[in-house]
Amino acid sequence: MTLKKFAVTFALGSIALLTAGARVSTAQSHVNSPDPLLGTPSVATETSQVNGLTGHAEEGKHQYRRFCIGCHGPDGNGQGMNAQWIDPQPRDFTEATFKCRSTPTGTLPTDEDLFNAITRGFVTTNMPSWRPLNPQQRADLVAFIKTWSPRWAKEKPGAVLNIPPETAVTIESILHGRELFQKLECWKCHGPEGHADGPSASTLTDSKGNPIKPFNFSTGERFMCGDSNRDLYRIFMTGLDGSPMPSFADVIQPNDAWDLVHFLRTLQVALPNNQELTLWQSYKAAHGKDLKPIGPDSAGGAQ
Amino acid sequence: MRMKFFAALGFTVAMGSALMVFATPPPAGSGSITGKVTYTGTPMKMKPIDMSKEPSCAKQHATPITTENVATGQGNTLEWVVVYISAGDEGTTTPSQGVRYDQKGCQYLPHVLTMLAGQQLQIYNDDQTSHNIHPLAKVNQEWNKSQPPGSPPIDTKWDKPEFIAVKCNIHPWMHGYFAVLKTSHVSVTGEDGTFDIKGLAPGKYTVTAWQEQYGTKTQDVTVGAGAATANFVFTATPY
Ligand code: HEC
Ligand code: HEC
Repeated sequence: MTLKKFAVTFALGSIALLTAGARVSTAQSHVNSPDPLLGTPSVATETSQVNGLTGHAEEGKHQYRRFCIGCHGPDGNGQGMNAQWIDPQPRDFTEATFKCRSTPTGTLPTDEDLFNAITRGFVTTNMPSWRPLNPQQRADLVAFIKTWSPRWAKEKPGAVLNIPPETAVTIESILHGRELFQKLECWKCHGPEGHADGPSASTLTDSKGNPIKPFNFSTGERFMCGDSNRDLYRIFMTGLDGSPMPSFADVIQPNDAWDLVHFLRTLQVALPNNQELTLWQSYKAAHGKDLKPIGPDSAGGAQ
Repeated sequence: MRMKFFAALGFTVAMGSALMVFATPPPAGSGSITGKVTYTGTPMKMKPIDMSKEPSCAKQHATPITTENVATGQGNTLEWVVVYISAGDEGTTTPSQGVRYDQKGCQYLPHVLTMLAGQQLQIYNDDQTSHNIHPLAKVNQEWNKSQPPGSPPIDTKWDKPEFIAVKCNIHPWMHGYFAVLKTSHVSVTGEDGTFDIKGLAPGKYTVTAWQEQYGTKTQDVTVGAGAATANFVFTATPY
């Protein structure tokens, strides 16, 4: 994350805190009328289960008011008073569509997925990390977020993706991952070198119709949905719902997925301590000229 | 034609199983509602689609296909309008037979596919390129799956009635609709704007016509033994 982005995130975070204060007083001025924020019927009962903690929506509501309302809004629809300055837009919780899931595309995330997203924040966006709040407070927030959509009462989260132990990082694994990157056409959005400049990149919009860019692997920027190799595995298998980034869980075999993980790391040329990259660079120094470039003319994949 | 045939087939299957379950089955009707959908005003142009970024698809079309958001025919007719019974229906059992949706030549076939809520839907990729199929559902839940060439069909269904826009993010011109309904009494207009809803018992019905750009129009129709008529006129806008 650039310093500038950080500054903006920080500033907006603080605005959120300030405006949250202002909101509380408006709400108090009509305590007797139904408060839209308090209006969701399940606030009294909704809970979350995270790492042995039970979160309560009733408690989370207060945290939400203080820390989240400025962006996610008093109606939970992502239209808080700061939303107009924010791109990508804050999440609309009434749709119950989430990016960082361990569950299949089209299903609800687990409480832990939401907890992790809140804890981590969305590094490349204005969504701050809420690690400063204690785990109980974050669990309470998870419970409260689940009151914005009736889906949470009717449906269960999807089955958690099973991730087998990581395979060894070898040249064979990286080369096979590279073939998959070509064959599965990741490059059409992410670009042949992962620079977010594939042929479809400039046309992409999110599900609300706002322009969105594919992830740029070359900058060393962190992933929104977690940094480890396991996180990376999960990201492309489950996809980022609400965005153009599709799920590949039905089309990639488990060990193949690890090969793809290893190859994707070699695209992150600005990432320090990158063992996949080190291995790949020494291989390329010797065999680089034999590699077919990734993209439309490569024989490896569909034109 | 198109869904009409499948709908009729599904209906027959449904009635068949209903007969076994209910002592007094809903009467299998011989009535129908037919008519034509047209527009007044100036509709948006059907623009040719440039597929040069995907040669394997471009070469499947001798002349470029055109956008289908507003598909018009001779005499101000509107194609791809979904005309269905929105009230007064006897209720339908979901047929065991599914419906099929194809991605072929980087186009959705058919452009608008009708189905019943809960009915099995199979999505095929017939192309030599990957598609990501991304139904932008709002009432149902949206999902987004990659389907590389040669993958098995995606087997799915929708639980609630909704008109769901479908897109492929890789090929941004690909655009279609799932019309998920509570009724199998539905007909999609052809290029000549006509529709024919068959198998209706005598009675009063509300008929709705839906066009993806212009929304819905509704009218009440009384069906006797033969064919009743209902025509719909949409006001077209150039954007
Ligand atoms: C400064 C604005 C801002 C504030 C304050 C903020 N968020 Fe967000 N939040 C965002 C944005 C922007 C996104 C969407 C990022 C994206 O789509 O890439 C987001 C996304 C989310 C998501 C979606 C996770 C997913 O996987 O899709 C959750 C959950 C969330 N925020 C919870 C919270 C909670 C809880 C708080 C308060 C403790 C909070 N946010 C405060 C801006 C904010
Ligand atoms: C249709 C275009 C498209 C295709 C095809 C595509 N992606 Fe993406 N991908 C995106 C977009 C857009 C984002 C950014 C989503 C966002 O910011 O919410 C993204 C984000 C990502 C991220 C970062 C997620 C994070 O947490 O920050 C990874 C990793 C990724 N894609 C991997 C892949 C892999 C691997 C493939 C192929 C197997 C692939 N993508 C194919 C569009 C695409």
